[in-house]
Amino acid sequence: MAAPFSWIRPEPHGVHVVPADVWIDPSKAVDAALVTHGHADHARGGHGTTVATPATLAIMDLRYNTREGATPVEYGETIRLKGGVDATYIPAGHVLGSAQILLEHAGERVVITGDYKRRPDPTCPPFQVTPCDIFITEATFGLPLFAHPPIAEEMGKLLARLEAHPDACVLVGAYALGKAQRVIAELRAAGHHQPIYLHGAMEKMCRLYEEFGVNLGELRLVADHDKDDMRGHVVVCPPSALNDRWSRRLPDPITAMASGWMRVRQRARQRNVELPLVISDHADWAELTRTIEEVNPYETWITHGREEALLRWHQLHQRRARALALVGYEDEDD
Amino acid sequence: MEEFAALLDALIYTRSRNEKLRLIAEYLRETPDPDRGWALAALTDGLDFKAVKSSTIRNLLKERVDPVLWSLSRDFVGDTAETAALLWPEPLGGVGTPPTVSEAVDALGVMTRASVMTELPRLLDRLDSAGRYALLKLATGGMRVGVSGRLAKVAFAQAFDVPVDDVEEYWHALEPPYADLFAWGADGADPPETENLPLFRPFMLAHPLEETVVDLADYAAEWKWDGIRVQLVHVAGETRLYSRSGDDISATFPEMVNALELPAVLDGELLVRGVHQGGEQGGAASFNALQQRLGRKTVSKKMLTDSPAFVRLYDVLMLEGKDLRGLPWNERRERLEKLVPRLPDSHFDISQLVEARDFDHLGQIREGARNDAIEGLMLKRRDSLYVPGRKTGLWYKWKRDPLLVDCVLMYAQRGSGKRSSFYSDYTFGCWDGDPDKGAELLPVGKAYSGFTDAELKKLDKLVRQTTLNRFGPVREVERTLVFEVAFDSVHASKRHKSGLAMRFPRIHRIRWDKPVHEADRIDALQALVRD
Repeated sequence: MAAPFSWIRPEPHGVHVVPADVWIDPSKAVDAALVTHGHADHARGGHGTTVATPATLAIMDLRYNTREGATPVEYGETIRLKGGVDATYIPAGHVLGSAQILLEHAGERVVITGDYKRRPDPTCPPFQVTPCDIFITEATFGLPLFAHPPIAEEMGKLLARLEAHPDACVLVGAYALGKAQRVIAELRAAGHHQPIYLHGAMEKMCRLYEEFGVNLGELRLVADHDKDDMRGHVVVCPPSALNDRWSRRLPDPITAMASGWMRVRQRARQRNVELPLVISDHADWAELTRTIEEVNPYETWITHGREEALLRWHQLHQRRARALALVGYEDEDD
Repeated sequence: MEEFAALLDALIYTRSRNEKLRLIAEYLRETPDPDRGWALAALTDGLDFKAVKSSTIRNLLKERVDPVLWSLSRDFVGDTAETAALLWPEPLGGVGTPPTVSEAVDALGVMTRASVMTELPRLLDRLDSAGRYALLKLATGGMRVGVSGRLAKVAFAQAFDVPVDDVEEYWHALEPPYADLFAWGADGADPPETENLPLFRPFMLAHPLEETVVDLADYAAEWKWDGIRVQLVHVAGETRLYSRSGDDISATFPEMVNALELPAVLDGELLVRGVHQGGEQGGAASFNALQQRLGRKTVSKKMLTDSPAFVRLYDVLMLEGKDLRGLPWNERRERLEKLVPRLPDSHFDISQLVEARDFDHLGQIREGARNDAIEGLMLKRRDSLYVPGRKTGLWYKWKRDPLLVDCVLMYAQRGSGKRSSFYSDYTFGCWDGDPDKGAELLPVGKAYSGFTDAELKKLDKLVRQTTLNRFGPVREVERTLVFEVAFDSVHASKRHKSGLAMRFPRIHRIRWDKPVHEADRIDALQALVRD
């Protein structure tokens, strides 16, 4: 009999499921890939077959033109892979379509979270705790100083600023896949029903969200409107456009950014942000540690982020853990 | 404390000076005494609590948070106070009632090294994260919110609609929490008593002469020296030295504090002696020599002997109990000339008047000035009273023509505030040999002024189109553009690879027409070094 868990191997370019010869979120092209969600550091084009949720496949099609070999799998559905491996897709609560992947083989259970959070999000179903032997987790915000405030507080800040400056606009930098749509949906939930203006790079993804049933209200393109139309309104753009020439066409923009990194003052200052909004689609420290306690695995593997601190936490709580040195996973502007 | 914490956070995220002024003014108007006075002192680094240091905070946290997790967090945040504010474990029953600023100041003031470990936590337990940050910054100083002493004084003047010159003058008479200053500004009480105090009096300043021509019958000319403008005040046995911005720099130049023993307020240029200048025994050294002594809190004996400071006097504002600021310049000058022989010549001399037949002749004298400690000429209306600030037509400065050199644009960096979407800070270099024989460019300086908004747009476009590499906010560009760079002087420096550093470099002209191989060589710049 093979050694326990020898069928699953962390390699520099992703997690390899040996008997099935499939890779989880590989950072280079492979024959068969299981993809957790559509962010660029997890989903890349060029695989022979790509197994993912229908929403993730649609996102990949939009962003990377990957249509060939797309194999959809619904939440809760189990598919049988080669070599006696079963894979089940479970909601991760990160962005539209995001999933954890439960792998079962020889009586052993492994969960790969991809990226996840535990907060409610109107754009995707919530994370489900899935007991397992090996829990492969992210640690983007794996430092005890990260505690994301309730999103309603951050929306309150944004709307208060908008109200105080009716002749200006609030320009919110938000990651184009996930964060932007969540911010818009949360604004709607907070009772803001004015048109929201979009940077051109956001349009298609917002339409895709709407096709998947996420109502974002009235959206307008900045390019189609005069400066004065946008006074007193929210404008959403990718973080890279915040201080770019593009923003010169806006009426006295107040620069906001929606990101978990905004918790640290100097980080916000470095980005020239005037209104930091601490909003993240990743688990904060309390969510990470609570999740590990609830899942209660035999061993935790940490893919990317501040893994040192999370390893230390495991040590302090007498839990087994190891850090995987995966390449290509980044701290996105989240 | 909540209002002060909110003010700090708002200041951190605000880059506009006007908006900062508005925020501080609003806080000063709406906050009761003595909280607003303490807050004002905290913003201007006027508070010091001996028992609370960065290490105290670190030790407190390491008792409550795993030391490894503390260090990893501190490294990530880069600021001890902020890390501690974020990591402080809040009491289980929630935070208590926040202390007022003055309650916190009182408590911090009586803490000792022994009591701080139990008393500081009691304050922290009553505050939320933003409040803890404000408290810890208040306790340890170094706000880093971009508020200078001057900005705070302007904000005070704006808050209560009083002249900033008066604020400046009274400020130094008072200690935090500045009760009399607020009584005067906010409640219309009599101004604070200033007669017998070693106070700073706002400087009279000059306009650049530019195209103006003056009649020497109405204006006197004197050299403008390249040191730092200072005010030396002696009253009731106490002497203080103030910089142009009104900062007390007595501790940096202790030899000057002991040199004035009669009651007076003197205006002059602080210089250090250097024998290698202009052949003049004991004359003034270049600004570079003075720079070695600036910004130091303690001064070594070696510095005092190697580069002793002295003041070259321009004016006398007060003398033996009399305020002379209401007298015309020529009468003040007369008194100054009579006063100088009574002062120790080791530490004082007088800035000589420059005699010229007429304005043209004066221009020739200015052109011929060889002494490097001379920055140019001052022209002062003979009947001008000593009035604070810059009043048109009274005093002019006529600087020496700048030195010029042709440099090649090498790197550009994004500006801040309004310029944050523009590449507006330029690093440029000169050739280290013959560019046709494989010479390379070495950076010699950096400038972010001297061009129009239209030129900025054009430069920004060029930077974007010719980018070779990106390093965060900096772009390396192809070597295609020549700047004619103006600067006041150039000195040897270890900071740059070229071994040179320019003083006040600015873009004089953009030479869109000039091929880069015709830009100047390092040798040409080297030849202009005079220290």
